[in-house]
Amino acid sequence: MELKEKLIASFMAFENLVDIDSPVHDVRSEAIKEFETKGFPSRRDEAWKYTSLNSILKHDYSVFPKSESHIDYNDIKKYFIHDIDTYKIVFIDGKYSSHLSETTHDGVDICLMSSALSKPKYRPIIENYFNKVAAKDGLTSLNTAFSQEGAYIHIPKNKSVAKPIQIIHFSTGNEAALMLQPRNLIVVDENSHVQIVERHQSLTENPVLTNSVTEIFADKRAIVDYYKIQNDNENASLIDSTFINQKQESCATVHTFSFGGKLTRNNLNFYQNGERIDSTLKGATIIGNRQHVDHNTLVHHIEPNCESHQDYKGIFDDHATGVFNGKVLVNREAQKTNAFQANNNILIGDKASINTKPQLEIFADDVKCSHGCTIGQLDESAMFYMRSRGIPEKEAKALLMYAFSNNVLSSVKIPEIKQRITNIIAKKLGVNIGFDL
Amino acid sequence: MLKIIDLHASVEDKAILKGINLEINAGEVHAIMGPNGSGKSTLASVIAGKEDYEVTQGDILFEDESINELAPEERAHKGVFLSFQYPTEIPGVSVTNFMKTAINETRKARKLGDMPANEMLKMIREKSEMLEIDRKFLSRSLNEGFSGGEKKRNEIFQLAMLEPKLAILDETDSGLDIDALRIVASGVNKIKSKDNAVIIITHYQRLLDYIIPDFVHVMFEGRIVKSGGKELALELEEKGYDWIREEVNA
Ligand SMILES: Nc1ncnc2c1ncn2[C@@H]1O[C@H](COP(=O)(O)OP(=O)(O)OP(=O)(O)O)[C@@H](O)[C@H]1O
Ligand SMILES: [Mg+2]
Repeated sequence: MELKEKLIASFMAFENLVDIDSPVHDVRSEAIKEFETKGFPSRRDEAWKYTSLNSILKHDYSVFPKSESHIDYNDIKKYFIHDIDTYKIVFIDGKYSSHLSETTHDGVDICLMSSALSKPKYRPIIENYFNKVAAKDGLTSLNTAFSQEGAYIHIPKNKSVAKPIQIIHFSTGNEAALMLQPRNLIVVDENSHVQIVERHQSLTENPVLTNSVTEIFADKRAIVDYYKIQNDNENASLIDSTFINQKQESCATVHTFSFGGKLTRNNLNFYQNGERIDSTLKGATIIGNRQHVDHNTLVHHIEPNCESHQDYKGIFDDHATGVFNGKVLVNREAQKTNAFQANNNILIGDKASINTKPQLEIFADDVKCSHGCTIGQLDESAMFYMRSRGIPEKEAKALLMYAFSNNVLSSVKIPEIKQRITNIIAKKLGVNIGFDL
Repeated sequence: MLKIIDLHASVEDKAILKGINLEINAGEVHAIMGPNGSGKSTLASVIAGKEDYEVTQGDILFEDESINELAPEERAHKGVFLSFQYPTEIPGVSVTNFMKTAINETRKARKLGDMPANEMLKMIREKSEMLEIDRKFLSRSLNEGFSGGEKKRNEIFQLAMLEPKLAILDETDSGLDIDALRIVASGVNKIKSKDNAVIIITHYQRLLDYIIPDFVHVMFEGRIVKSGGKELALELEEKGYDWIREEVNA
């Protein structure tokens, strides 16, 4: 059976397993119909022209994990930011792991989606926000249909969450092939501030496909600082769709670090519903072998006096392929918009490639919009300069690549994350040098 | 220390060095002069191991071993240092971190452990003071936005930090103001010893007033066509290259 048919057939069983009385029952039923009509995207869709899902859809995925798995903290500690105190919402094969998690209801709700969906006290938030900014494309609809577990974060107004929140999904390989549909809802009320780190990690060589959807609502003057660390093994693929709805004077920043995985697609969508909003999208991609990373961004400027900044750097070795498709949409009312977009790439492998396409659709006349993309090689004269000072080729290359992506790292506000990313880069590049630039 | 034997090198099949012979012993200072385009920087790059140039004939011996086949970093680890005529800008890598990496990689190649951080800082402080380099520079991206003179001074700072056996200074004097020239020259003089050697590539006498050469060579169309003592530099400064050209053509 094709994966699509299998998913549709499993939906009834899934609905019976979870709570039919849930307020989202209708939403799910609508969504599965939507998926049935639209299915998975193909390369005939403009937005998927350079990314084919064929090779990852062919596996016979388990749609629900059969058994619960246990993992020892010490075996997976390295995937956590563990040198600082954090809240943790951890899932193993799609199931919440209470022993690895640290949640709270003390003034803020940092907990799990399944309980938010089933308990009446969360109903107002669920009714107001769940599936209100997510799109209705095939993949998002599929996630909506199966939405049951993920992170639920609600920060009431005037609260600055004292520690960062880590959302981590592990897959154990207990299933021959596993498909996951994590669903996160993050609601940050007026004047509140939250920092979130998200990671998906497969612990075996069995194929894993994660189709993740995150909805974020940043109310007036809220600050949301989100970090996506993508360093999974090369049998795991991730389709991440993140939708951010911002109100006036809010500030939302998403850093996406893509180093691992077989195929990674990041759909990152910002909607600016208010004035003086700031949206920042930063990405550093360093991949090799036959890895594929696709960034598909949208910033929709709806009201006047807002800003957006996009800065994506990519380094592609071996046969790796990259896609950057950055869309900036400026409504006629959105005067005095400042929108910047940059996408710079270095191709190291002869067989590596990148398709980069800025898309600016501007209907207002008094705006400042700029975009630039470059594709280059490593600077040979810089390489010789460094080597002539005793820095071996591999280390010189690593230093140049690190320096190239440093712009993206410099705005990371949590030092431990910066350190972690730096270590991942050093490991990825196979060098042992300090990058304390 | 360095022995160059009948060295021919070309780039993209164009012959640039056409039979260079040169011998340099520890403790000596050699100046190489010659008109623009005669191949001075090419010679320096070939000694340092730049892969764009193909050695088509001859050999380069460093401490009696051929280094022709060695990578640039391996030559550096043996003690070869080139101060670039046009130092490359490296955005995003600070002077300090670059220096740390260069020193520790060199130590690694010599089977030594990393230099302790406090020792490194002390050395950086001493050498930057010697060259009157502002501390601010050390945290800036290497050569990025440096003025011409600042770049050259930074090259000599790196020379002082790396303490090579053979230092090749390619037009280090160009771009330096009078005070900077004096500071840089006195820095080089402090580093100079009976165990190391210096090659100074220059167009002018003024640097040679401070760093006095034992030998002066004139390069012309890819060959060393004349060698002499320090007075040869003065003669060139006075008379230009026409008489050399005539001698060669005669
Ligand atoms: N990579 C290269 N590709 C093509 N030609 C080159 C290259 N490098 C050097 N040349 C040529 O070789 C010749 C020698 O150049 P080189 O830079 O060595 O001269 P130089 O003696 O250092 O001159 P100057 O005094 O102007 O610095 C020049 O004609 C130059 O154009
Ligand atoms: Mg030159």
